[in-house]
Amino acid sequence: AMEGGPSARIREGDCAVLKRDEVFKAVSVLRRRKIIFEKQWFYLDNAIGHIYGTTFEVTSGGNLQPKQEVEETTTETKEAGTDNRNIVDDGKSQKLTHDDIKALKDKGIKGQEIVQQLIENSTTFRDKTEFAQDKYIKKKKKKYEAVITIVKPSTRILSTMYYAREPGKINHLRYDTLAQMLTLGNIHAGNKMIVMETCAGLVLGAIMERMGGYGSIIQMYPGGGPVRAATSCFGFPKPFFDNLHEFPLSKVQSLLSGTFTTETLTADSEENALVEGESNGLTEEKQTSLQETEEEPTTEAAMEINPTEEQDTMDINAEDVEFKENKEKENKENVREKQIKQWERRKKLIEAAALLREKNADGLIVASKFHPAPLLLSLLEFVAPSRPFVVYCQYKEPLLECYTKLRERGGVINLKLSETWLRNYQVLPDRSHPKLTMSGGGGYLLSGITVVLEKGKSDSSNSEALKMEEPSSKRCKLQDLPC
Amino acid sequence: MSFVEYGDTIKDGDTAIVFLGHESMFPVKVQHGTVTQTKYGVIRHSTDLIGKKYGSKVTCSKGGWVFILHPTPELWTMNLPHRTQILYSTDISIITMMLELKPGSIVCESGTGSGSLSHALIRTVAPTGHLYTVEFHQQRAEKAREEFREHGVEHLVTVTNQDVCKNGFGVSNIADAVFLDIPSPWEAIGHAKSALKAEGGRICSFSPCIEQVQRTCLAMEEYGFTEINTLEILLRVYNVRTISLQIPDLGKAAEDNSSTGFDSSNPSHQGSLCANLQEGTVQFKSGVPLREVVGHTGYLTFATKS
Repeated sequence: AMEGGPSARIREGDCAVLKRDEVFKAVSVLRRRKIIFEKQWFYLDNAIGHIYGTTFEVTSGGNLQPKQEVEETTTETKEAGTDNRNIVDDGKSQKLTHDDIKALKDKGIKGQEIVQQLIENSTTFRDKTEFAQDKYIKKKKKKYEAVITIVKPSTRILSTMYYAREPGKINHLRYDTLAQMLTLGNIHAGNKMIVMETCAGLVLGAIMERMGGYGSIIQMYPGGGPVRAATSCFGFPKPFFDNLHEFPLSKVQSLLSGTFTTETLTADSEENALVEGESNGLTEEKQTSLQETEEEPTTEAAMEINPTEEQDTMDINAEDVEFKENKEKENKENVREKQIKQWERRKKLIEAAALLREKNADGLIVASKFHPAPLLLSLLEFVAPSRPFVVYCQYKEPLLECYTKLRERGGVINLKLSETWLRNYQVLPDRSHPKLTMSGGGGYLLSGITVVLEKGKSDSSNSEALKMEEPSSKRCKLQDLPC
Repeated sequence: MSFVEYGDTIKDGDTAIVFLGHESMFPVKVQHGTVTQTKYGVIRHSTDLIGKKYGSKVTCSKGGWVFILHPTPELWTMNLPHRTQILYSTDISIITMMLELKPGSIVCESGTGSGSLSHALIRTVAPTGHLYTVEFHQQRAEKAREEFREHGVEHLVTVTNQDVCKNGFGVSNIADAVFLDIPSPWEAIGHAKSALKAEGGRICSFSPCIEQVQRTCLAMEEYGFTEINTLEILLRVYNVRTISLQIPDLGKAAEDNSSTGFDSSNPSHQGSLCANLQEGTVQFKSGVPLREVVGHTGYLTFATKS
């Protein structure tokens, strides 16, 4: 089955996510590739063949070893104080020095033994309350026990990762806000969706996950091509890309006005393809094998969490020598390959234009760095009646404007401007409370449902549908103010 | 139509949503020869609905009009007949994402309740996934089955009438995710674990009270669940309003311009300020929070079986 999860075991070439506590990093599973994560370096070779979700210890030499389930080596004495009235901070409670600890580490002593030694050499540990002891151990474990878990990528993991590591790349779209978008947009298998995003392809990936390879997606993109760095982290199977189309935003007006022709389209797309071909050089093939048609604008800075980006730099070096030798031969092949690519690209663009022209999309999702109002007003033209749309914006004000403009335009109902708050909790016996910090903001959403648009008629006659939100602004009487 | 597949036109037997205005709507079962009363008059199904496009404006007998909408789990949640307290779309969204649901997922749920979450789960796992939902109240279980049939999704769901705490979900080693919305979820954690696939999966429990959460977390730990994480999500809805604020009279207009507190040294600034003063108000658009909002639905505790 198309959606059937790939085997639960870690395979070479997989897109995987490393996890240590609450920190994530997306990587490609490749042999003899040095990974640096949370100040540790290691190779993923030994992880291959293990089940996703396995926790590994990092041994000296950067090898991964599945963590043995050890029964907690609790302090033999269960002694504990009741309060801290006699605990004085003199900075001398730890008898081990920095050098001692470093020496232990250099000897290759396991993290949990170091933690044990720290406890034994802490003069105040026994006087601490049970809770404080618990907290102390947890803190030291976090520092000295080098464990990482390898998990399968998912929208949950990648959206959490991006929000924590690269919020700027996704316009500060918090994961709970993304979750709302998927639900409000009724994203499901079989839909024909229009997506306009500049969130590194994260929103696209989330939609693709929910559609499971059924239906079609038309991604509208600004500039030379869509950014799909985050999309590639999902590790979708190839068939998921068969019905993923893209269409340049700059051609939307001409498509709507009917002046759009495939002539202008092909000329433009060829030009784009050519530029990309040159800039991507020989890595092009490698890239497509991993993330299909990738067209990273060169302005996009290389991201740490983008596995393919890291890979590219490695591959260039490795293949450089070989490449020069076979240049002649490959040149001819390259030209042919390029032509095939261009032809395929043109075909896909024509297909995308045809899909848009039908004006029967099942929904519209917008989440970009651009002002949402013009996007919304144009792209809604392609959506069928009685379908949901959702617009994300980091700021509330542009959505107020969208709201007003949509009211003027008509053809939409049930408009709703919303935001979600997310609060995390610590739940421990006798120590439950909300976590100390919470995110200040994860953006705003404007959602609604399309209806048949009656052009030229301003619906002023009816009832509630219009008097809904905005009461006729009560203008303050001028004579009240001496001016 | 079905709840998992869009259709363009309204057909006999469909469940449609009649939209009367702001937050005012109700579901209707479309049937030849039937009429539906609204405050704008009568809707005749045979002539006014069947064959029309979803999203059309339908004029009622008194001249007023309504929109007829295609059903979605979200619209259903807002309009379904309550047999129990239900989960709303804000919680449902985060549950769906955090349980990592997608087409093909096998999900276990208890209790079924009014089927608000069930419809959303079915929508997400279709066309190849399945929902096993357990409801110990016989009448509610039966009513849920009937609704799933009417909504064209019965092939995607199995409703079992039993006590999940005593008898579990009736399946083992097949689920990718389990969801619990019952008064004592800690009594069902063991059953949840055996329902989940051997290679692992995700679990979520919804509870209004923190004491329930504490017992559930302990049970999850006891059964070897990891990544135990409790959170709460709150929705804030804003009304879009044009606000006018009066400019206070500080005696400035008549006498001294510099005493207003505005920067009057800049001549261009002064100009716009005067214009405002002439008008007496400053207008702006604002998103105004509702006067009263839902402050708490429940805590959501997620965990992983690995």
